[in-house]
Amino acid sequence: MNGGRSCATDPAPLRWGLTLVALGFLGLFVALPLAEVFGQALEKGWQAYWAAIREPDALSAIRLTLLATAIAVACNLTFGIAAAWAIAKFQFRGKNALVTLIDLPFAVSPVIAGLIYVLVFGSQGWFGRWLDAHDIRIIFAVPGIVLATIFVTFPFVARELIPMMQSQGNDEEEAGLSLGAGGWQVLFRITLPNIKWSLLYGVILCTARAMGEFGAVSVVSGHIRGLTNTMPLHVEVLYNEYNFTAAFAVASLLALLALVTLAAKSFLEWKVRRVHSELQADPEA
Amino acid sequence: MRGNWFQRHSILPGFWPSLGASMLYLSLVVLIPLSAIFLKSASMTWPRFLDAVTAPDVVASYKLTFGASLGAAIVNAVFGFLVAWVLARYTFPGKKLVDALVDLPFALPTAVAGIALTSLYSENGWVGRRLAPWGIRVAFTPLGVLVALIFIGLPFVVRSVQPVLEDADRELEEAAASLGASRWQVFTRVIFPVVRPALLTGFAMAFARALGEYGSVVFISGNMPMKTQITPLLIVAKLEQYDYAGAAALAVVMLLASFALLLAINILGARSRRYMEAR
Amino acid sequence: MSIEARHITKTFGRFTALRDVSLTVNDGELLALLGPSGSGKTTLLRIIAGLETPDPDPASALVFAGRDVTREAVGERRVGFVFQHYALFRNMTVFENIAFGLRVRPRKLRPSPAAVRDKVRELLALIQLESLADRYPTQLSGGQRQRVALARALAIEPKVLLLDEPFGALDAKVRQGLRRWLRRLHDTVHVTSLLVTHDQEEALEVADRVVVMNQARIEQTGTPEEVFHHPASEFVMDFMGSVNLFHGRIESGKAVFGPLVLDHSASGAVEGQTARLFVRPYDLHIDRLHTGKPSLRARVLRIQAAGPQVRVELQAETGEAVVVEMPHAQFRENGIAAGDEVFVALRDARVFTEDWSI
Repeated sequence: MNGGRSCATDPAPLRWGLTLVALGFLGLFVALPLAEVFGQALEKGWQAYWAAIREPDALSAIRLTLLATAIAVACNLTFGIAAAWAIAKFQFRGKNALVTLIDLPFAVSPVIAGLIYVLVFGSQGWFGRWLDAHDIRIIFAVPGIVLATIFVTFPFVARELIPMMQSQGNDEEEAGLSLGAGGWQVLFRITLPNIKWSLLYGVILCTARAMGEFGAVSVVSGHIRGLTNTMPLHVEVLYNEYNFTAAFAVASLLALLALVTLAAKSFLEWKVRRVHSELQADPEA
Repeated sequence: MRGNWFQRHSILPGFWPSLGASMLYLSLVVLIPLSAIFLKSASMTWPRFLDAVTAPDVVASYKLTFGASLGAAIVNAVFGFLVAWVLARYTFPGKKLVDALVDLPFALPTAVAGIALTSLYSENGWVGRRLAPWGIRVAFTPLGVLVALIFIGLPFVVRSVQPVLEDADRELEEAAASLGASRWQVFTRVIFPVVRPALLTGFAMAFARALGEYGSVVFISGNMPMKTQITPLLIVAKLEQYDYAGAAALAVVMLLASFALLLAINILGARSRRYMEAR
Repeated sequence: MSIEARHITKTFGRFTALRDVSLTVNDGELLALLGPSGSGKTTLLRIIAGLETPDPDPASALVFAGRDVTREAVGERRVGFVFQHYALFRNMTVFENIAFGLRVRPRKLRPSPAAVRDKVRELLALIQLESLADRYPTQLSGGQRQRVALARALAIEPKVLLLDEPFGALDAKVRQGLRRWLRRLHDTVHVTSLLVTHDQEEALEVADRVVVMNQARIEQTGTPEEVFHHPASEFVMDFMGSVNLFHGRIESGKAVFGPLVLDHSASGAVEGQTARLFVRPYDLHIDRLHTGKPSLRARVLRIQAAGPQVRVELQAETGEAVVVEMPHAQFRENGIAAGDEVFVALRDARVFTEDWSI
């Protein structure tokens, strides 16, 4: 990477010095916390580890996390495809405003994300009385958790699809239409296969964030053990009870998920970059 | 099918359905619930609103939240730039692994980060133990909040600056060097101006993220009133006391700050894009 | 299937791409839409295909074999469209690309997988790419991709084939080969075809009829011979091949260009009006001595003898730059060299005056 360009390279001592400082910083702030999770989880040995994970409340937390994530990802995926289709394939007024609005959840603190649904669906909220009358619980129940999760993961899929779809252009879709394909056939046979890596990337990001969301879910969940605790909330509960080993055991599952996400992310980023550069090099493919 | 003042005509189908569905989903999930915050605070009288947002413990939380977020963003700007530099320009064994790990704070759930950091920096934690003899306490102090915010903001600066450094034209540096510039001069006059917009963008994003952060901070801060309470925590506290209006008032303040930052980020982003295109 | 486009106008914002254009394509013919960029030819093609819609106008209509298709969507018109950049489906093999139009038909009309396979194989044989059926578009050369695009369009048995600058992106040699191949294909398949091109050589070689377009309007329609030898306007003459241009005036019913005088009793010639003389390089004759015919004195600047014909660049006494082409045999007879003073005479030319007609 430095090759023989001596006048544009930094001298070796400087290079090593900077590298060490950078690695030291990363080691302190990234590697150590990661190591701490696994270290603390296994402090009392494998038996205690498995016991903590197989404990019924932990298992129901895992189930709830998976359920909320699956629903949130499915909803945001559908929305993401619809929004990307409208934004990438057409020209209309206010397109930029729509893109900015889609990014809005990123600017909102997770706690506020939970608060808004309490204000709408909580017992003192807009629909509070109506919901109570019909015995429907949204806040302090699973639907509220799903809603809060949808909010915080809202932009992920759309943001990945839009630039990719835009760079693909409309030619293939027009060709498909000229050959007699209907709108849905064009979408599923032509458009989506061309963006599959970006789609996967967005889904992975969405899933990881959904499973790990804490602040927003904490506000709407009511922390009812065994019922409305997701994995992150269960970690909090265990930690506050000073049951550190169990807390870190459950946390380690989430940490493993994060590592898998990172690996998938690296791979997919590489794939997406390759598609982009192939498109630039060969617009007629 | 025809074009009109709103949409330039296209023969691709499904414009109105896709736009309509997206707008509906966006409104139901994001816009309408968000408006609840503003409507709720609007139900307060102006004096009550001011009282809520200027109470002493609230103001203390602003200072902590804002101060720690700013501090963390600055630390990340400096060290994040360094990390991006090293990743973009140097090689060393395991670089790919390190590069992937930079994204860990993005991927790791905030609660996990929260308990891990607390455990590390508390008095008998691995790091806390080593700092205690020096009289430095991290956990349950504002310093702990700073540490947590540094963690979650780290990737923003690195990922903002790294692509710019990677795309930077080496020939510019070589030209400057051939004209007699020293390495430091090349850095300050040739490289840094190109990177500066991206650095500012990364800084602003790390700052914005830190302002709203909850999960990773709430464990290590200890939540001591007037000392280590962050504003998001106060919102939760008010909710638990059923003071919805008060919570909404604080949320309004936070949202306004976030939107202002978002605007600044967009403007910075547009500026840096123009700069890149002009090259 | 015949095509009739009546009074088509198309604007994109402030830009007018087509201005009241009307065109008829006869059943089974290969018609070339020829013109420079921005002339409107691609827009017209896309409107015929249904990929664009014309501006609303009660007089405008698009008729396929007597059927008004103005309201029909592109998928309903049974047109085979070949895009300039091929638009092959990147995620499908050559086989799947060609089969696409057959596989997306509604269930009732869909052929069986065996029938699809046979049809695709037949087309692969037609385009001579049987061995590449399992390749992806990125693995093909430009010429191969173009042939696949054509086969894909033919698979749906279209009533009309529309080709948008199909050979524009290819090397000269490949272009020529494919041109001839396309003509032969048309002679075999007999589908009404409309070809858009900016290459006049291509249009003249391949088409039954040529439509020359310029700035959103049709300048001339006719057979290649008509368009080339009897251009209706300056633009057409200039566009169809290289041309020498002289400026002059109408005086006493004659067009006068220095020593060159031509009869111009044509309609509407006004006394004193400016006129322009267009002459093809091979319609000029060089003599070393004055022959008594009205001719222009000129000095030879440069002789280019490498090529199918000899190209002589001269400077006329009137100041214009003149290019003359002659066969090698004639050049050897003449024996001229650079620096010589010679006389240039006309064999055939066209005179155009200011066109006041609307």
